[in-house]
Amino acid sequence: MSEKLPSVDVLVLGFGWTGAIVAQELTDAGLSVLALERGAWRDTPTDFAPTFAQDELRYMWRHALFQKPSHSTLTIRNNGNQTALPMRVLGSFLPGTGVGGAGVHWNGQTWRFLPSDLELKSHVTRRYGAKAIPADMTIQDFGVTYDELEPHYDRFEYLCGVSGTAGNLNGQIQPGGNPFEGARKRPYPTPPMRQAYAPTLFAKAAAELGHHPFPQPSANLSQAYTNPLGVQLAPCTYCGFCEKFGCGNYSKASAQTTLLPVLMRKPNFALRTGAEALKINCDSTGKRAVSVTYVDAQGREFEQPADLIFLCTYAQHNVHMLLLSGIGQPYDPKTGQGVVGRNYAYQRTSFVNAFFDDKILNPFIGAGAHGMHIDDFNGDNFDHGGLGFLGGGYLGVLQTGARPIETHPVPDGTPTWGGAWKKAVAANYLKTTTISTHGGVMSHRGNYLDLDPTYRDVYGRPLLRMTFDFTDNEHRMAHYITDRAAEIARAMGPREIKVVYRDGSWDVVPYQTTHNTGGTVMGTDPKTSVLNRYLQSWDVSNLFVMGASAFPQNPGYNPTGTVAALTYWSLQAVKDRYLKSPGPLMHT
Amino acid sequence: MRRILFTGVMGVGVLAAILSLVGLGISSIASGQPPSTTSGPYPVAKGDAAERGYHVAVEADCVGCHTVPGGQPFAGGRPLATPFGTIYSANITPDNEAGIGRWTADDFYRALHEGKAPDGHLYPAFPYNYYTRISRADSDALFAYLRSLPPSPDRSPRNKLPFPFNIRALMIGWNLLFLDKGEYQPDPAKSVAWNRGAYLVEGPGHCAACHTPKNFFGAPRTSRDYQGGDIGNGWYAPDITPNKRTGLGGWSDEELFQYLKTGRNVHANASGDMGEVVSYSTSRMGDDDLRAIITYLRDRAPRGDDAPKKPDPAVMTAGEAIYVDSCAACHRMDGAGLAGMFPRLPMNANLQQPNPSTLLRVILVGSRSLPTDTRPTPSTMPAFHWKLRDEQIAAVATYVRNSWGNVAAPVDVDTVTKLRRQLGVDHLPPPAPQPTDLRHPNPETAAPPHTDSRQNGTDQAGTPVAPASR
Repeated sequence: MSEKLPSVDVLVLGFGWTGAIVAQELTDAGLSVLALERGAWRDTPTDFAPTFAQDELRYMWRHALFQKPSHSTLTIRNNGNQTALPMRVLGSFLPGTGVGGAGVHWNGQTWRFLPSDLELKSHVTRRYGAKAIPADMTIQDFGVTYDELEPHYDRFEYLCGVSGTAGNLNGQIQPGGNPFEGARKRPYPTPPMRQAYAPTLFAKAAAELGHHPFPQPSANLSQAYTNPLGVQLAPCTYCGFCEKFGCGNYSKASAQTTLLPVLMRKPNFALRTGAEALKINCDSTGKRAVSVTYVDAQGREFEQPADLIFLCTYAQHNVHMLLLSGIGQPYDPKTGQGVVGRNYAYQRTSFVNAFFDDKILNPFIGAGAHGMHIDDFNGDNFDHGGLGFLGGGYLGVLQTGARPIETHPVPDGTPTWGGAWKKAVAANYLKTTTISTHGGVMSHRGNYLDLDPTYRDVYGRPLLRMTFDFTDNEHRMAHYITDRAAEIARAMGPREIKVVYRDGSWDVVPYQTTHNTGGTVMGTDPKTSVLNRYLQSWDVSNLFVMGASAFPQNPGYNPTGTVAALTYWSLQAVKDRYLKSPGPLMHT
Repeated sequence: MRRILFTGVMGVGVLAAILSLVGLGISSIASGQPPSTTSGPYPVAKGDAAERGYHVAVEADCVGCHTVPGGQPFAGGRPLATPFGTIYSANITPDNEAGIGRWTADDFYRALHEGKAPDGHLYPAFPYNYYTRISRADSDALFAYLRSLPPSPDRSPRNKLPFPFNIRALMIGWNLLFLDKGEYQPDPAKSVAWNRGAYLVEGPGHCAACHTPKNFFGAPRTSRDYQGGDIGNGWYAPDITPNKRTGLGGWSDEELFQYLKTGRNVHANASGDMGEVVSYSTSRMGDDDLRAIITYLRDRAPRGDDAPKKPDPAVMTAGEAIYVDSCAACHRMDGAGLAGMFPRLPMNANLQQPNPSTLLRVILVGSRSLPTDTRPTPSTMPAFHWKLRDEQIAAVATYVRNSWGNVAAPVDVDTVTKLRRQLGVDHLPPPAPQPTDLRHPNPETAAPPHTDSRQNGTDQAGTPVAPASR
C-alpha cells in the first residue's frame, strides 16, 4: 500500500538534461516542481573531481556512471522470429543513471538536424517521389520545422556555450563552417576548439577532394564561458576523458555545469533522488494523469500526485513507462496498428583506420567533441538518385583521447595477442588515426519496442523488449559513406588503411552509440504518433514526454542538441498556451 | 590603559586569560557544508525599525553563528568549537523561555556593549568587544528586528565546557583586561564614507575578530590590527591591510568590491568562514556600504614587510612537477586561473601569507566556494590528502608561494603533517621506506622498481590509497 503525498504543480520523472531544463523553465514560470530521479545525487567536485575523474578502468570498463543491468535492463533480439534475451552486460549503448543522466558521460557533440531531416517524408517524396520510400520503411515528418526549432537550438547552445564555426548565418554561407546546416540567427557562443594534428590532416585531404570540412560543434568548451543564468564553465584541457566520464574541470556542458547551480537554489524546486517511478496513474477516464507511483531507496512505495507530469527518462524508459502505465495503444508490427513502441531506431556507424609511418599524431590529446568532419554525405545533402538508399551520415576524425586500455589500433594481419601484437601496438599507437562515420537509421516496420512476455524486473514489471536490426538501406548507406571515408583516408597519405564496415546484423556487444530513438514518436497524426508536435501525449493531455523517444527516425547526427531544442519548444507551448488553458494543444 | 590594567590584575588574570582563549578559533563543527543559498531562510522584516534592524543584522552577520545550518534562523544551537570545549550559540528569537522574549532594549544594548545578559556574563565567542561600537539607534533597530521574528521554543544545548571554564563570572576578569567599551566615535577629519566604513569594520562587521592576531589571552593584538590571524581548524584569516604582497594592496577597489559582493574575483573565491560572511553579510550590504568599507581599509597602515627565506631549488623543482601534474588543469600552466572559478596564483596575497595554513588546508581537504546569486557556480578545489604525501604538499605549496612573482617562506613538511593530523586526514599509510624521490618521471627516467600502476588509482573517491612509490 503506497503512502499518498501532497500534490505538486509539476512532477518531473528523470533528472537528466531534459528534466533539468523542464524544472528550470517551469520554476521560472512560478510553478512548484518536484523531480524524481532513480539514481544518486552527483556533482562535479564530489563525484568527478579532477583528482580521480580520468580513471579509464573505473568509469569506462567498470561502468561506474551507467545504468546497472542487474537493476534495470531490457531484452533484445534482432527480429520477431527470435526469442529475446535480457541484456546482462552493457555494450552497444550506455544509458546513465543518477542526477544529470547520460548527459554526465556524453561526449558533448552538439548538432542541429538538417531542415530536411525534420520533414523527411515530405522532403523525400518531393525530391524523389513516393516510390523512393520502401514499403516497410515507416519514416515520417517530425511535425515541427527547423525554423520553428531554431530559437530553441540557439537557447540550448547558449546555455552550454557550444564551441563551433557557423556555416550558415541567416542564409549566408560562412567560410570554415558546415555549409549544409540550416540557417542560424547568430554565431556559436564560443569559437571552435583548437584542432590536434590528425583532424587537420583529415580536413586538408577532404578539402582537396572537394568536400567541406568544419570543426565538430562541441560542448567541451574552447574558452571560459558564463551562460545566461550566470553559471560558469571553464576551458577544456583536452585531457581525453569525456565520453563515459564526468568532467572534473567544469569544461563539458551538463545539467551540473549549466543549470543545477541555479535550479538547486530555488525554493519552488525539489529533487528526490533514489526514487524509482513505477507507473503513471490515470483517472477513471484514462485521459488525465493524476499521480505517479514510485519506490524510494528503502523500498517504500509512494503515490505522488501532480497537475502536470513530464516524463524525462531515457528514451527506452519513456517507452517502457507508457507501456507499463497503459497510456497510448501499443504498436503491433503484424498489423502496423498502434503507436507506443513504434519506429524504434538507432545509429549506423563504421570506421577507417589510417596508419602512418612519418607522422606523430599524439592521439591522447582529445576531447569528446574535438575533431573535423564533413557533412557532404549526411541526410539529403547529396543526390540519392540511383543509390538505392535514403539518409547518410557525417564522417571525420573525432580525436577523443585514445585512452590506453581502449585504444590499440593495429593493421590487418596483426596477431590478436602476444609479442607481435604488443610490438604492433607500440609501433602504431602514436601514428594512427581513425575516420569514423555516423550514419542515420530509417524507421522500419519490424523495428520496435514492446513488453517482454517472459522476463521481469526487480519490481515484477515486464522488461522492455527491443526488436531491432539494420536493414539493407542502412548497410548500403554505410558502405557508401565508408567508401568516401576510405578515399579521404588514402588522400591523407598513410602507409596503409583498414576499413571496418560493420556489416551483418546489429550486435549488442561492441559499443556503438547511446543514440536509441523512437517509440513515443511525435507528429501531427495520432494514428502514427504518440505525442503531438508539442510532445504532449495525444491520449493524456497533462502528460508530456521529452527525449529522443520522440524522433520518428534517427538522422545522421548525435541527438542531444535536438532533444534539448524539442524540450524548449515544448515548454514554450506549455508556458504560452497550456498553463493559460490546460488541455490538448492540438486537435485532430 | 588596558595594558596597565592587565599588569595590575595579572594574578587574577591567569585563569581568566586561559578562559579567554575560548574566544580563539571559533569555527563551526557541524557544517563543513556551506549554506546552500543566499536567498534562503533569512527573513527581511517589515516595518521601519525592524527593517533597519535587518540591515544591522546583515552588517553584524548574526545569522552566521545564531543558526544551525538548515535550521530556523536566529534560533541558535550552532556548535562553535573552541580550544576548551563547545559553545552553543543562543536562541535570539523572541521566545519568552528559550529566546530573548523577556529582554528589554536596554538589556539588549548591554549585551552588545558589555557582554552581559540579564542572566549572566556572555563568553567572548559572542564578539561584544566589537559590538560595543554599535550605536544605540542600531542596537534598538536590531532588537526590533529580532522581536519581529517568529519565536522558536528550541533551547540551545548546554555548553560543553569543563570546570572551571563553565563559570561565566570569570568573564569579569577578561572584560576588565580587554573590553574597551564605547560606541564608535566619528573622526571629523575624515570623510563620511571613511567614518561609515570604520563603523562597519570596527563595530558590527567585527572583521578584526578573525583578521587580527590574538595575544596569549585571546584578545586582539591591536598593534597588529588586520594583519592576519589564525582562526583555527586550519584557516588563517589573511592580512587585510594595504600591504601589496600579503594584503589588499594588490587588489583594485573594484576587485575588492566584487569579492565582498559576489564572493569571487580574479584573486580569490570566498569559502569556509569567509564564504559564510560573504553569503550572509557582505553580499547583502548596500553598494555604498561596501565602498565605505573599502575606503576605510585602504586608509590603514600596511603591514610591515618581511624578507622570507629563499626556498630550496630542489624542492621548487619537485613542486613544479606536482603543480604541472595536479594543479595546472584548472589553474593553468602560468597560474592565470579563471576569474570567478579558479583563483589567479601570480601575486596572490592568500598564497603569500606568513602562515601557510589556509593554503595547506585547501590542498589537503579542498574547499568549496560559496554560491551567491551573481556567482552561482560552487567551484571547488578537490581534496588531495589521499593523493599527495606531506613532502609533496609541502613542495607544491612552497612552489606556488615562490613562483610567478610570489615570495613567501618555504613550507616545511612538519607543518603539513601537523595540519593533516588536526584535520583528521592523517590515516595514510607511512611513506615508502626508501628516500622519497620527488622528481617527476619523464621519458628519460625509468619508473623505479616496484612501481605498481594499480596503486595510483582509487576505487572509492576520497578513500585513502597508498600512493605509488616513485
